[in-house]
Amino acid sequence: MMKLWATIQKDVRLLLRDRVGLVLMFAMPILLVIIVTAIQNSTFDIMGGKRLSLLVCNKDEGNTSKQFIAALDTTGLFSITFNNNINEQQLADKIYGDNVAGAVIITKGFSKQIEDGAKQTAGKALHSFGLEGDAVATVAGNKNFLRFYYNPALQQSLKLSIRGAVTGSLQMIESKATLKALYYAINESDLPDSLQQQILKSNVGIEEIPLAHNMASTELTATQHNVPAWTIFAMFFVVMSLGSSIVREKLSGSFIRLKTLPTSYFIALLSKQVTYLGVTVMQAITIFAIGIFIFPSIGLPALHLPHDVVGLIIVTLVCGWCAVSYAMCIGVFAQTQEQASAFGAVSVVILSIIGGLMIPSFILPGSFRLLMSISPLHWCLQAYYVLFLEGGRLKDAGTNILSLLIITLILQAIALLELKRKKLI
Amino acid sequence: MNAAAIKIDHLHFHYSAQQKLFDDLNLTVDKGERFGLFGPNGAGKTTLMSLITGLLSFKEGDIKVLGHSIKTKHKKINQLFGFVPQDYSFYEELTPVENLAFFGAWYGMDKKEIIKRSNTLFEILDLTAVKDQQVKKFSGGMKRKVNLAIGVMHQPQLLFLDEPTVGVDVQTRHQIINYLKQLNANGTTLIYTSHQLNEAEELCNKIALMDEGKIIAFDRLDNLLAEYKQDGLEGLFIQLTGKQYE
Repeated sequence: MMKLWATIQKDVRLLLRDRVGLVLMFAMPILLVIIVTAIQNSTFDIMGGKRLSLLVCNKDEGNTSKQFIAALDTTGLFSITFNNNINEQQLADKIYGDNVAGAVIITKGFSKQIEDGAKQTAGKALHSFGLEGDAVATVAGNKNFLRFYYNPALQQSLKLSIRGAVTGSLQMIESKATLKALYYAINESDLPDSLQQQILKSNVGIEEIPLAHNMASTELTATQHNVPAWTIFAMFFVVMSLGSSIVREKLSGSFIRLKTLPTSYFIALLSKQVTYLGVTVMQAITIFAIGIFIFPSIGLPALHLPHDVVGLIIVTLVCGWCAVSYAMCIGVFAQTQEQASAFGAVSVVILSIIGGLMIPSFILPGSFRLLMSISPLHWCLQAYYVLFLEGGRLKDAGTNILSLLIITLILQAIALLELKRKKLI
Repeated sequence: MNAAAIKIDHLHFHYSAQQKLFDDLNLTVDKGERFGLFGPNGAGKTTLMSLITGLLSFKEGDIKVLGHSIKTKHKKINQLFGFVPQDYSFYEELTPVENLAFFGAWYGMDKKEIIKRSNTLFEILDLTAVKDQQVKKFSGGMKRKVNLAIGVMHQPQLLFLDEPTVGVDVQTRHQIINYLKQLNANGTTLIYTSHQLNEAEELCNKIALMDEGKIIAFDRLDNLLAEYKQDGLEGLFIQLTGKQYE
């Protein structure tokens, strides 16, 4: 025990004096988690509470166009600005320069087109009932009185959302106009507002519920997604320090002396694992603390820790041990520090991509989804998501933890067999 | 127990894909000696030292260290000897105190022993003033002293020294040599190899000259010098190997 404790003290001292290593293990992931969360948070805001900027140019003078604009506003998706005297060049400048998501141009004759169309539909309806309405001239169909301009760089999903809202508003106005025309044709009086609202109001509501393991509501924010993901990335990034540390020790004169001492090199490896497991736990504590205390002060949503704190501690320890085992494996096989750093860093980035940390795993092609299961980062992420996003408990992450433990034991076995082959243990 | 410090019997060794370096090598070093192993580059000195200290393994023959076969009692033997390699064999980012604490623990010493022994060594080797500074800031001479201090930390019965004074000034060299003699006077057997022949003459009382994996001379230094009518190791070396000592 004395040997292990002395070795841990040695490793901690070496670690604390390696400033570059500390920056790589702590400062870089912290920076990364803040930047990525801030970027993704803006997307979450667009899709969530914050409204899209929409420019409306109304060249029509009728009442229906005003009702259409009011309908657009009630969708809650847009922050509408008006400019009725804008040309196409000025519109392009607005869209590219002023961060406007899109523009809707209502051309002259829009209201008349809707009203005439409504009367025509009402006339046809009366005719089909066997009644005679006022004669209405046939309205030219599909004439584009409405134009929708958008930035070609706009995400397809956002474009579809805007188009859906515009189409929905238009259909609502057309339905209202048709209803009014029909009522007037039958009763020769205006449709009362209360009846109009009653007819147009949907009788079937939709309740949106994010499904959580404990049936409690879970707040889905960029922070809840990103903090666990980048914490895992930080943990696996210890490969840069630990992998290099093992190689540096193997190449240094101290290793020759260690091999002549009456103590197994296994103690040195055990010490490194304990020390760096401590580092991964510190990383998690630091990044979680930043998510809880610092994020709100810089305008980002605060991190909410899972209800199952014991589960969080166990998942963090298992993820950390897996990250340390991976780094140890790289360090044992690498011949130079450059090999350990370069291979370690690149492989962690690749594993994080196929593990779903950088892009959602459902986007990956089917063949890559098989690869996903060999990425330990995938299982770490799934285990954390059970706790952070799904409101689950430790037992709900059982499969993920078991997979992680299996991968960890395989990594340990590979490293120890290689050391045995090299007669180092 | 009156066993030899080192007894090599019928040792055969070759690196893979090479012809045999040692073919039936035999050598005995008695306890209490200050034994020097010399030879031209490639003679096999470092390989022999690596075999004796267990850094390399062999299949044919046997090596006994202080009566224990290295094949069967490897870890037990490691407790009995100290090793001062030519390369700096410590952590440069640590202080002498921290280095000795770590290596002392790996020798199996307890905390009290480590502190007491470290302070004694710092005193003897004149390192007390710098014992809490990182070794990477030290001069070459001071680093050599730290390298030596770690090797003798556990007061070994047998001490291997590979170029222990290379690159140090005269004053530090004398300090190190005097300390080694003092260790030997207290019962530690020294196994020494170096290119510093003057230093070897000053330190060693028995030597072996090696060339191409064979021991070509082995006796007390004064006997060899008298037998070959030489007044120094360099002349003896040239006469026996036909090569300059580099």
